[in-house]
This record gives sequence, C-alpha cells and structure tokens, in this order.
Amino acid sequence: MNERATTQYGLMAQFEEPQQLIDAAKRTFQEGYRRIDAFSPFPVHGLGAALGFSHTNLPIVTFICGLAGAICGYGLQYWVHVIDYPLNIGGRSLHSGPMFIPVAFELTILFAALGTFFGLWIRNKLPMPYHPVFNVPAFSAASQDGFFLCIEADDPLYDADKTRSFLQGLEPIEVSDVAP
Amino acid sequence: MSEASKNRPYTPPAPELGPGQSSYTSITGAIGDVVFTTRTPLAWFVTMLIGASLLGILQIAVAWLLYEGVGVWGLNVPVGWGFAIINFVWWIGIGHAGTLISAVLLLFRQKWRTSINRSAEAMTIFAVMCAGLFPVIHTGRPWLAIYWLFPYPNSMDIWPQFRSPLIWDVFAVGTYLTVSLLFWFLGMVPDFASFRDRAQNRVAQVIYGMLAMGWRGSAFHWERYEMASLLLAGLATPLVLSVHSVVSLDFAISIIPGWHTTIFPPYFVAGAIYAGFAMVLTLMIPLRALYGLQDFITDRHLDNMGKVMLVAGLIVAYGYFMEQLIAWYSASVFETFMMHNRMFGPYGTAYWALILCNIIVPQLLWSKRIRLNTFWLFFVAMFINVGMWLERFIIVVVSLHADYMPSSWDMFYPTIWDWATYIGTIGLFLFLFFLFVRVGPLIAIHEIRTLLPIKRRKG
Repeated sequence: MNERATTQYGLMAQFEEPQQLIDAAKRTFQEGYRRIDAFSPFPVHGLGAALGFSHTNLPIVTFICGLAGAICGYGLQYWVHVIDYPLNIGGRSLHSGPMFIPVAFELTILFAALGTFFGLWIRNKLPMPYHPVFNVPAFSAASQDGFFLCIEADDPLYDADKTRSFLQGLEPIEVSDVAP
Repeated sequence: MSEASKNRPYTPPAPELGPGQSSYTSITGAIGDVVFTTRTPLAWFVTMLIGASLLGILQIAVAWLLYEGVGVWGLNVPVGWGFAIINFVWWIGIGHAGTLISAVLLLFRQKWRTSINRSAEAMTIFAVMCAGLFPVIHTGRPWLAIYWLFPYPNSMDIWPQFRSPLIWDVFAVGTYLTVSLLFWFLGMVPDFASFRDRAQNRVAQVIYGMLAMGWRGSAFHWERYEMASLLLAGLATPLVLSVHSVVSLDFAISIIPGWHTTIFPPYFVAGAIYAGFAMVLTLMIPLRALYGLQDFITDRHLDNMGKVMLVAGLIVAYGYFMEQLIAWYSASVFETFMMHNRMFGPYGTAYWALILCNIIVPQLLWSKRIRLNTFWLFFVAMFINVGMWLERFIIVVVSLHADYMPSSWDMFYPTIWDWATYIGTIGLFLFLFFLFVRVGPLIAIHEIRTLLPIKRRKG
C-alpha cells in the first residue's frame, strides 16, 4: 500500500459549494494534514485561512520596488542634469528638484507595479506547464463551477486508505486519485 | 423634499446581476459563448469591416506623412500643434475611464464595476495605443524619436531635457500603458484558464493554455492574487490622476493665454473621466444588445454610469466657467482677448457647439428615465464624445492661432491627411476592441462568480 503512495501525487475530493470546501479544508487542517491545497473557480474568502495561509509579503515587495523606482527616477535626472550633461540656462540651478518629481513619481509607480506583477507569479510558481492535479478528469471544472480539496501524498500523515476514508467522511461528490 | 418622497419606503438598489444568471455554469456559459460560438453575429463582421477599412486609411495617411513630412498636415507658424495633440489628449482622456472603473471603483468596493471593468480596461489600452501613435508620428521621423524621448546612453552623448513636460508625458503615458497592460492581463489569467478548460478546439486549448500559464485556482494563489490586484489598483489610482495632470501640464507650463492656468490638471482629469465614460457607454450599449448581455450589464450599470457622467460633466462645466471668470478677473488684456476670441472669433461656432455638447445636452442625465433609456443615453454619450474633442480643439487651436503678436496671427485649417489620421485611429480602436471581444473574456468571469453566492444568501 505504501508503494502506491509513492506512485501517487495525492487524493482529491470534489465539493458542490464553496462553503462545503471551507468546512472540509478546516477539518483537514485540524486533522493535522499540512501538504494540502484547495482549488476554486473564484477567490473564496476564508479558504486560505482554513488551509493555514497566514499572510503574503507581496506588499513589502511592492514597497521596496517603489522605493527603488523613486531613487532610480530621481537619481537618473540628477545624474543627467547635474553631473553628465549640465546646461546653464540663465543661471538657473542645475538641481531643479520640483521639476524632477513627475518622472520620479512615474518610475515609482512603474517599478512598484512591475515588482508586484512579477513577484506574484514568482511566488505562485507560475507559469507552470505541467501540474499533476490536471490529471484528474473532473478537475477541468475547477475553472468553471467545481470546488476541490487535495491532500498530497508526501504529507507525513498521508496513508492511502485512511486519507481516502477521511475524505469520504467529508461528504464530497467524489474522491479521485491524482496521478503524479 | 416633498412629504410623499420622504415617506417613500426604502428600496434596495437593483442587483448587480440580472435574473437570468442563476449558477456558475450559466455565467461561464453566457460569457464563454461570445467566444466559443459558431455563429458570430453579422454586426460583428460589419464593425470589423468598418474598423479594418478605417485602419487602412490610417496606414495610407501615416505612410504619406512619413514619406512627405509633417507638411502634409495643416500646421503653420502660430499653430504648431494641431490635430496630433488634440487627438492625443482626446484618446488619453478616453482611456482614463477604464482605469477609473477597474482601479478606483475596486478600492471603493463598488461591486457593480465587476461586469464592465474588463471591457473598459480593454478600451483603456486600445485608446492609449491610439493616443501614443500621435506623439510618435508627429515627429515626422519616428526612428529618430527614440533618442529625443527616451534617456539612453547614446553615441552623441546627449540626454533628454527632464525639466520639460513633454518628457514627463513620455514617462507618464509609458507607465500608464505598462501598468494598464499588467492589470488587464492579471485580471484575465483565471478567465483564460476557464477558456482553456472550455475550449474544444486544440489550437484554442493551446493558446488559452499558454495565456493561463498553468493557473489552477489554488487557494494560496488566490490569496496572493487578490493582494496583487489590490496593490495594482492602489498604484493605478494615483497613476491615472497623474497622467492627465501631466498631459495638462504640456499646456499649463507654457505662457500661452488660455493655457497658463492652475485649474488645468483637475479640469483635465474631470474631462478625461467624462469622455471616458461616454466612450464606455458608446461601446457597451451596442455590445450588450449584440451579445444579449443584459444580465451582466444591467440597467443599474447604465444608471450609475449616467450619474458619473453627470458629475464629471458638472466639474467640466465649472472648469469652463472658471476659465471665463479668471480671464475677466486677471485683467490681463491677452487673457481677455483670448476668451473673447474663443466665443466670438473665427472659431466661435466651435465654442458654442462645445457648450451645447458638453454642458447643455448632458443635463438630460438628471432624468432617471433618460439614464435608463439606452437610446437617449447613447445619444448623450455621442454628444459628449464630440464635445470633448471640440474642447481640445479649442484649447489647442484657438489659443495658438492668435497669441501675443497680431502680426503672426494665422488660421489653422486641417487638411485631408489630418482628418484621415484621426478617423484612421478610430478604425484602429474599433478593430482592436472588436477583435478582443471576439477572442478574449469580455467580462471578468471569476469576479462575476463571486457576485452569485451573495445573491443566493439574500434570496
């Protein structure tokens, strides 16, 4: 039986309604399973928390990238107009701070947005051309109207039979094996 | 307030979703069917034909411009800025409504934005593309424009002038296009996944599959995804305000009478929202009829958009009034002359047409019956589209053609190539927008799904 666990990615249960999925996720987490994931066609509030998701550091990434943008934007203009290519126009000061604000502001936004966008995909590990969950035929509903819970085989508590009967106890539509 | 209206019982606002949509499947089906249909409506082909024909005109106009030079346009010495900047500002303004709907209304938790945000964002991107074309081609030699516009270490060892609002424009519009594209694409990824799993055709599966990047709707992904959407909305909100402010500084930083005013940034932003909502309605009203999307774009949406347009229109009207007031109050002979010339000079007709289009006709929107009547709403929106173009025409041409020195005054007459380029960009816009309607998720499917459980709980 243990051999089967190594040749399997995990077990997946399908539910009808988002609330059932949240309840099932909470039960699974309480049971002690940690290598778990849930799939839904839209963001279900409370589902992440039920699976033990605490918070994301994405806002910090945004802030740091924005700060970098501000420094680069202002620094670029300072370097161009004060150091590399100074133009004396009627004796006006080379370091004309207020006139440097628009470009510095735009670059702050640009860097922060790029950082957020790419940070999101890097943290989500996407694009990913292959993932075992797609081996479940019913899983195509995860982008339409299906709600799924998956317990992965590398979870320390995973046992093919016990986990299956645990998932059956959550009253899903069906429980399927996920090929690796 | 009368007694009767005080005692009227409270009626909750109409739901964001029409009665025809009762399950996740029906929502996905109704929106997916626009793409996965075997019967494309005839009207789509007709619109594409018009769009492609006008796009052809644009290609000819641009080719002739590049071959012959900017002399093919009607520019002359006092009026050195003509249709190119008028159309640039007009298109950029139109784009702003998309960001307002997708970002600002998201931050204000306005759920009704859900069904219109995607198409409005698409409108933003295509409008900004049309806008961006003008500054590029107006240089006459765009292959050189790269070192005029972008700061890169070139062999001539020269840099752009960062104290010029024209360079600010490059950064503002460039950032705006980039951030809008990121936000638009981010919103579409889960919908591309829906399309990937729905497509029967192998080619469609592969293309939507690549665009979906392997999205599987994991709860952990959704948590970060929602945070990223919120962050991008928070970034796009100050950005959208800055973009049209920077565009207005192209004018306000100069010393031309009628341009050198501090009211320009807020007045331009209000005008942008005004023009943008008019364009959203111009596109949505026919689209919803064409694809039977009345359950998604409900009367409540039309009503709300009408209200936003009315408010933005009143701010614009205030701007016009303030320009008049300051021209008089400044006691500057040049400002006073400019305003008199605007109203009663050779382009006076355009000014009164502007007042009619942007101030008088939109007052119809006070009536709820007009806001709920698609024909009248479309009618008002068309007036505003024209009015906002006239506004930019008046600001640019009337101020320039008669400035400080009467000896240099001259008239500006657009040539056929000016018109061809302008009409051509409308073709480019229609072509891109309807292409998107045919192949992309026109409505944010995953966001619409979240509206459903609330409705069920209430029902």
